[in-house]
Amino acid sequence: MTTVSTQRDTRQVLSGRVARMLRRPEVGAAVAALLIFSYFSSTTTAFLSTAGVSTWLYSASLFGVLAVAGALLMIGGEFDLSVGAMTGTTGLIVGIMTTQYGINIWLSLVLALVFALSVGAANAYISMKTGVPSFIVTLAALFILQGANLAITKLLTGTVSIQGMSEVDGYEAVKLFFGSTLDLWGMDIKISIVWWIGVTAIASWVLLRTRTGNWIFGVGGAINSARQVGIPVVKVRMGLFMTTAGAGWLVGMLQLFGVSTVQATTGLGQEFSYVICAVVGGCLLTGGYGSAIGAAVGALIYGMTLQGIVFAEWDNNWLKLFLGVLLLLAVLVNLYVRRRAGDRS
Amino acid sequence: MTTILEVHNVGKSYGTVHAISGISATIVAGEVLCILGDNGAGKSTLIKILSGVHAPSEGTMTVFGEERMFSSPRDALDAGIATVYQDLAVVPLMPVWRNFFLGSELRKGSGIFKRLDSVAMRRIAKEQLADMGIALRDVEQPIGTLSGGERQAVAIARAVYFGAKAIILDEPTSALGVKQAGVVLKYIAKARDRGLGVVFITHNPNHAYPVGDNFLLLKLGSSIGYFSKRELTIEKMTKLMAGADEMKGLAHELERKPAPRTTPQS
Repeated sequence: MTTVSTQRDTRQVLSGRVARMLRRPEVGAAVAALLIFSYFSSTTTAFLSTAGVSTWLYSASLFGVLAVAGALLMIGGEFDLSVGAMTGTTGLIVGIMTTQYGINIWLSLVLALVFALSVGAANAYISMKTGVPSFIVTLAALFILQGANLAITKLLTGTVSIQGMSEVDGYEAVKLFFGSTLDLWGMDIKISIVWWIGVTAIASWVLLRTRTGNWIFGVGGAINSARQVGIPVVKVRMGLFMTTAGAGWLVGMLQLFGVSTVQATTGLGQEFSYVICAVVGGCLLTGGYGSAIGAAVGALIYGMTLQGIVFAEWDNNWLKLFLGVLLLLAVLVNLYVRRRAGDRS
Repeated sequence: MTTILEVHNVGKSYGTVHAISGISATIVAGEVLCILGDNGAGKSTLIKILSGVHAPSEGTMTVFGEERMFSSPRDALDAGIATVYQDLAVVPLMPVWRNFFLGSELRKGSGIFKRLDSVAMRRIAKEQLADMGIALRDVEQPIGTLSGGERQAVAIARAVYFGAKAIILDEPTSALGVKQAGVVLKYIAKARDRGLGVVFITHNPNHAYPVGDNFLLLKLGSSIGYFSKRELTIEKMTKLMAGADEMKGLAHELERKPAPRTTPQS
């Protein structure tokens, strides 16, 4: 029996507990969230009031659903910029079909979902068959959807928003799923917060505990290796694009039934917000690394900052400056962590 | 000794170009077959035939005594011939145990609750690596944090665990420094001692000679000799590979020319 010496080169490798902590993608985001929470809680009175908490949680939940689905796609090595516009498109589809043409509300929901999934599949198909980066393909899809949202809505309704949603047959029943409010310790908890938590839990479970999750990490981390070990690469990415588009539909419904109207400009200027949430939550832009919980925390940061700035009565424009700085910090931290605890090649 | 795979007079042409021709070799359980050759000698074409990527255009193959060809890499794998390519098919940022089982995950439960059996996978990965002589403190660490030699060993251990009887290693030492190459050679010996047939492809006689039992020397697509270790010295091997005349010519060319005398001008 020969034994091979196992002397290790420990110069570059973080060891033990510290490494394990740092290797968790969501740690940095959690620290940042805690700091932001403490800051706004101590400097404004509205932030910790029951109304205040429900406001920023609601705000975070809408970004959160998209960020978590987007994080899965980013871990799988791809982008989808069109998903923000998709929230508007799906809302408009349901709104126009029900208010203008009297089509059954449930059927409209299903048709809008089918449309979203088809766009997701088309994004995946085009970028994978041609090798054009998904960044470009979905940027094109973003413009197409945004243009269509405005042009077609104006053409069919003569205005740029949908009126009279609440008079549609079956509206109350659907609102139960997408627009209701629960009373929890005196706080108005919008149902979208429940969806956000649910989506995060399921995504996290899939990512860490199922074979599909293993494949997502593999495809995003090293696509040729994934092919060599027999992972159906195309199927995995197709599924991810469709999941992201499906999340766009879900948020579209949450917005539509949350406020019973939808603007044709919905999603405008929000193309990158979910990408920011995911990156702040520890996702690498290059794929193969990240977490669903991290993305949810990233969305929490976004929501808290968005509303915190309002409560603190600052100028709204500070939000973008702050997010820019945060994004830059997150990218640098991610890079550092990856170098120290992950990728030496 | 069991003969695992035997190729007899195989050749492969791409159109009118003969990449290799008339090559014979035998992979035996518990022995290391080294395939040596310079760039362009036909090493990669031969690997592709052995691993089922290409079918040979001439010659015969015998797998465990039965004459047949491989129709695909999967077919070769099912017959127990695993190939470890230079990029090792690992994902650097993923934990060691996830890499070990990537594409062949163990699962438990049923229906929508079907999930990874991570406890079993961690345990098996740890055991299999320990068998190869790698004691990892933590199979949770990303495989990118391992050294090149250790990563090679993980790839070998993975092939062995998933039923390989013979492993083909494509230039496993070429990208490594002296010390790491030594580590890989130890793992090759280890795999041999466990009764595997090993095919070790390299262009470095210093790596091949200490660990090999048989040596197939290739040059420009043909065999220039099939030797067992007793018939060969490392000097003879180096000479054969480089071509004695070519080396002499090179030595002549590299010789220091007498410096031209110059008279300093004032």
